[in-house]
Amino acid sequence: MSEVNKNEYNHVSEETTVLEINHLYKSFGNNHVLIDFNLTLSKGQNIVVLGKSGSGKSVLIKCIIGLLKFDKGSIRIFSKEIRNLNATALDKIRAKVGFLFQSNALYDSMTVRENLEFPLRRHWIKLSQEKINEMVSQALTDVGLVHTIDMMPVELSGGMRKRIAIARTLILKPDIILYDEPTTGLDPITGREIINLMIEIKTKYNTASLIISHDMNCVKSASDLIIILLEGKCYATGNYQELKSNADPKVKQFFE
Amino acid sequence: MLGQESALRKRNSITKIHRKSMNNSILLKSFFAEVGSLSKFSGKFLSRFFIPPYEINELFKQCYVIGYKSLPLVGLTGFIMGLVLTMQLRPFMIDYGVESQLPAIVGIAIIREIGPVITSLIFAGKIGSSIGAELGSMKVTEQIDAMEVSGTNPFKYLVVSRVMAATLMLPVLAILSDAISLYGSYLGVNIKGDTNFNFFWIQVFDSLEFRDVLPAFIKTYFFGFAVGIIGCYKGYYSSKGTEGVGKSANSAVVVSSIMIFILDLLAVQITELLGFN
Ligand SMILES: Nc1ncnc2c1ncn2[C@@H]1O[C@H](COP(=O)(O)OP(=O)(O)OP(=O)(O)O)[C@@H](O)[C@H]1O
Ligand SMILES: [Mg+2]
Repeated sequence: MSEVNKNEYNHVSEETTVLEINHLYKSFGNNHVLIDFNLTLSKGQNIVVLGKSGSGKSVLIKCIIGLLKFDKGSIRIFSKEIRNLNATALDKIRAKVGFLFQSNALYDSMTVRENLEFPLRRHWIKLSQEKINEMVSQALTDVGLVHTIDMMPVELSGGMRKRIAIARTLILKPDIILYDEPTTGLDPITGREIINLMIEIKTKYNTASLIISHDMNCVKSASDLIIILLEGKCYATGNYQELKSNADPKVKQFFE
Repeated sequence: MLGQESALRKRNSITKIHRKSMNNSILLKSFFAEVGSLSKFSGKFLSRFFIPPYEINELFKQCYVIGYKSLPLVGLTGFIMGLVLTMQLRPFMIDYGVESQLPAIVGIAIIREIGPVITSLIFAGKIGSSIGAELGSMKVTEQIDAMEVSGTNPFKYLVVSRVMAATLMLPVLAILSDAISLYGSYLGVNIKGDTNFNFFWIQVFDSLEFRDVLPAFIKTYFFGFAVGIIGCYKGYYSSKGTEGVGKSANSAVVVSSIMIFILDLLAVQITELLGFN
């Protein structure tokens, strides 16, 4: 990461809380998706949000990254309230937050290399071409797909595409990574590989991650803390063992 | 009994008519809503257009894709149009004994009206649909959102560059198409008759005046803008799913073709008012 970058967010290393959500409320017309959601994410921590399909998990992380505007409550990233930020300030925050889309969202018209270069060129950081090349090959090495650098996304398999999407998320060495269902739609073995990759990334770069998933393998091995999202609220919180032995049927249904 | 029945039937038909007019009013409402949001979209374009950063690289790339790559199609249709128009008009010109005026008539028809409009319609078919489908699928697969979180304003990057490229490229294509059309017409004259290449061009340009060329040229800028903005609008607000992508590509072509005719109608009124005709 460039020097400027380090200084800009120096306080991150001092303060361990990187993301704080309080009383988040979001509705689409009469559809009250999130009613009262709270969360505190610290550096080096993996939090998994569990919830049924349509419970508002994607809406939650789109609110965090600022793709959706929330109605009430607060979201603070690196102690900055994101609700009232202008476009430039929001871009600066976004450069430090990686977002893995549920649908990967790779750019179809660009090669893998151009896909990875896109965030590097577009963010406010100015980098030399050599530095860009180095960062691209580093990110591809991290996900083990160096040989695909000149391929188009359509030529890749589903699992490979997911990895390239993760590489694109990683390339700016974010402090926070938001994963939207990283293993859904993959076979168990590939899913396992993606989970290991996520754990590896966390230990290597000491990032904080918010993972959305209903894959029990992922929940079990990647989570430090689990939050169950039910009817727009944090229904239960705890680590895997605690929640698995919870007697409440609404919690139990997730662990069967 | 009978009276009752007929009264009932009457009431039924009234409710039917009522329902029909309700449907119509909903249709009308949605038409105006569409016009409204399209105008809003154009307004957004104009307000974003002047604010930096300018996506110059993307603009050049789009000019290449939108302009250069449409050239073969536009050239081919232009050539056939000139040739066919000449061959169709010839018998009538002979009947009226003005066969020698063939190049002049065809020249005026092509430069003033047929060239710009047919080129724009072909352009709407090719470029309108491809912009609509491209942006639509980018929307559906969250690529537009991905751009937004990567420090890019997708509206500037995708929409402004494409609309600008379409606006700048269509006039150029229309002029090239006019030239190729006239060449086709020259060949058409030569199939049955015999004319000298230079003499043909002299005949065409002698009958043309500045006021024939200028309005025809200027209106293609508006046609290009219409194709670009409607394609982007349809793609950008594409509904979810692959079906949505197909729909946005399709309606981009339909709406921009109609728009071309409406603008053409306006253009002819305006040039008349300005005393160009
Ligand atoms: N842009 C939007 N406009 C209107 N409603 C929306 C929008 N996005 C999401 N919703 C609604 O919000 C609710 C939650 O959607 P969301 O995509 O967050 O579900 P999810 O928990 O991510 O489900 P899945 O596990 O299937 O991805 C759904 O009822 C959906 O209809
Ligand atoms: Mg989702």
